[in-house]
Amino acid sequence: MFAELLQYLLSGLTIGAIYALAGLGFSIVYNASHVINFAQGEFIMIGGMASATLTASGVPLPLAILIGCGGAMLVGVLVAKFAVERARNASTVTLIIITIGASIFLRGVAELVWGKDFKRLDAFSGETPIQFLGASMQPQSLWVVGTAALLIVAIALFFNRTLTGKAMLATSHNRLAAQLVGIDVKRVVLASFALSAALGAIGGAVVAPITFSYTEMGIMLGLKGFTAAVLGGLGHGPGAVAGGLIVGVAEALGAGYISSAYKDAVAFVIILAVLLFLPNGLFGKRGTERV
Amino acid sequence: MRNRLLSTMAGVVGLALGGLAGTVSAAEPIKIGAIVSATGPASFLGDPEKKVLELYADRINQAGGVDGRPVQLTVYDDGGAADKAASFTKRLIESDKVDVIVGGTTTAATMAAAPLVERGEVPFISLAGAVVIVEPVRKWVFKTPHTDRMAAEKVMDDMKARGLTKLALVSEDSGFGKSGREQTLAVAKERGIELVADETYGAKDTDVTAQLTKIRNNAAAQAVLVFGLGQGPAVVTKNYRQLGIALPLYQSHGVASKEFIRLAGGAAEGVRLPAAGLVVAAQLPAEDPQKKVVTEFTKVYEEAFSSEVSTFAGHAYDGLMIALDAVKRAGGTDKAKLRDAIEQTKGYVGTGGTVTMSAKDHMGLTLDAFHMVEVKQGDWALVK
Repeated sequence: MFAELLQYLLSGLTIGAIYALAGLGFSIVYNASHVINFAQGEFIMIGGMASATLTASGVPLPLAILIGCGGAMLVGVLVAKFAVERARNASTVTLIIITIGASIFLRGVAELVWGKDFKRLDAFSGETPIQFLGASMQPQSLWVVGTAALLIVAIALFFNRTLTGKAMLATSHNRLAAQLVGIDVKRVVLASFALSAALGAIGGAVVAPITFSYTEMGIMLGLKGFTAAVLGGLGHGPGAVAGGLIVGVAEALGAGYISSAYKDAVAFVIILAVLLFLPNGLFGKRGTERV
Repeated sequence: MRNRLLSTMAGVVGLALGGLAGTVSAAEPIKIGAIVSATGPASFLGDPEKKVLELYADRINQAGGVDGRPVQLTVYDDGGAADKAASFTKRLIESDKVDVIVGGTTTAATMAAAPLVERGEVPFISLAGAVVIVEPVRKWVFKTPHTDRMAAEKVMDDMKARGLTKLALVSEDSGFGKSGREQTLAVAKERGIELVADETYGAKDTDVTAQLTKIRNNAAAQAVLVFGLGQGPAVVTKNYRQLGIALPLYQSHGVASKEFIRLAGGAAEGVRLPAAGLVVAAQLPAEDPQKKVVTEFTKVYEEAFSSEVSTFAGHAYDGLMIALDAVKRAGGTDKAKLRDAIEQTKGYVGTGGTVTMSAKDHMGLTLDAFHMVEVKQGDWALVK
């Protein structure tokens, strides 16, 4: 009984850590530009595909991840520069549609570059399951949770300890005021896209051994990440992380105790409930600018 | 939009015609239409199908065609969408005026096209799996692949031979998986197998440990059957080993491609599944009637595309060959005669097995067409 619950929790935390990274990406971009970037899932896909295909052709894993990360950052900046920035006076809905367009475009390009089949990436440290109080987990799960935790701490330090981070935070609080004190808001937007792309790409690389990588892997992960971000309160970093873990665990428990047929429904029921009853999310501040 | 679509279509047809230009003779061509899912989620099925149809149409034309008539192939890509499959079927019947249609990569596409070919009275050979395509029998609809019902039967026969009677089912939340689940439930009743668990997973799920934990804690289960396509079954297999479940694991014919072994890696060892002879071509005994056909097809395919042959490519080959064989026997392309000739296909040895159709059976395969294989050292091995 306890082992069963523990197994569900472990599965939930692993997948939840990925949702948390995706959710954090949504929050960073939202903070800097008030855009909900639906291409976030595609950054995850780029990271996963690049590391799987590069290691298959003999590139060492760390280098492959770095290249994937760099590629995703470049793509993120290009999306921000040529799609989002050009339409910066458009309404939020238009901007969201632009990012959806960008995500479809990126999937198409990825299909041309990498093909349609599934790519396999070997687990970073073997596949012998770790037994833990009657539950078992893949060693890769530790990599996922560990990497996510490390990135989350790094992001927190970046925002609170560095000047660039503080500038980005300032922009999110008050764009006009930030501009008046000399912050280059345009560059902040670009940086936010690059940062969220890097987060996504690293996340994609560490989950690839569990999920396999393919050009459409980003769709569902992106949507779940969005759920996580909304649940935690859009733009609230720690909230997005908590949201991701909650969604992951709720899914695993739902599949285990209710029915596996409703696994995906769990996440979307959560998002509907949040939007109806807690439009600012669990941790979001009571917004004054949102209607 | 409409213009672009039209010009793309014109391009596709143009290409198809261009490929034939060298050999077109005065004789009227045999017009074969095809709808496959060459792109989209089912592309791993549809892409090899399209390639095979084009390759063999070319080869046949270079060899002088059928009864001196060249084959004219028109291929449309439905992108995995059933509504597109329906509109392309209409186009094939009404504007391309084809003599026979091969295709419908997925069951959904096939079922969308079926009423149209029934109304248009054009023979239609589907490449999709589900048993609903030919049961009940539709006058103009045939199919080449084995059904999910046969897969369930083969698996349960193998279970019985091993003395196992209690099965846990894990099926995918897709057309293929749902139909497979229904057939498994029905066959289990017939064969006296007790179904002790009935779990599902999403086609894009990345973790199935929750469902499998339930099965692990189910003391009654003696074997597990997974019904799915693509990467899902590989995820299930990996999670299965992760949880250290020791029960025999069966998969459906939906994963009978090397891709599955590659994705699941070491976890695939010991997995059993029913597969067509094509998958184990090299291991078939020399006296097997399929040996020659599958060895030849594998050679041609792998030389032409330098990639591994898949059973799905084989389905398209069988569809085309059955159609052309029927044209020969019907002495032309009169649609009613052609349909009768397809229905009278007898003893045709293809990649899927030996096909003998009848008015009651529009697939014509028996359980012998399936071989039980087991993954051993990263390759398929025939289970004796």
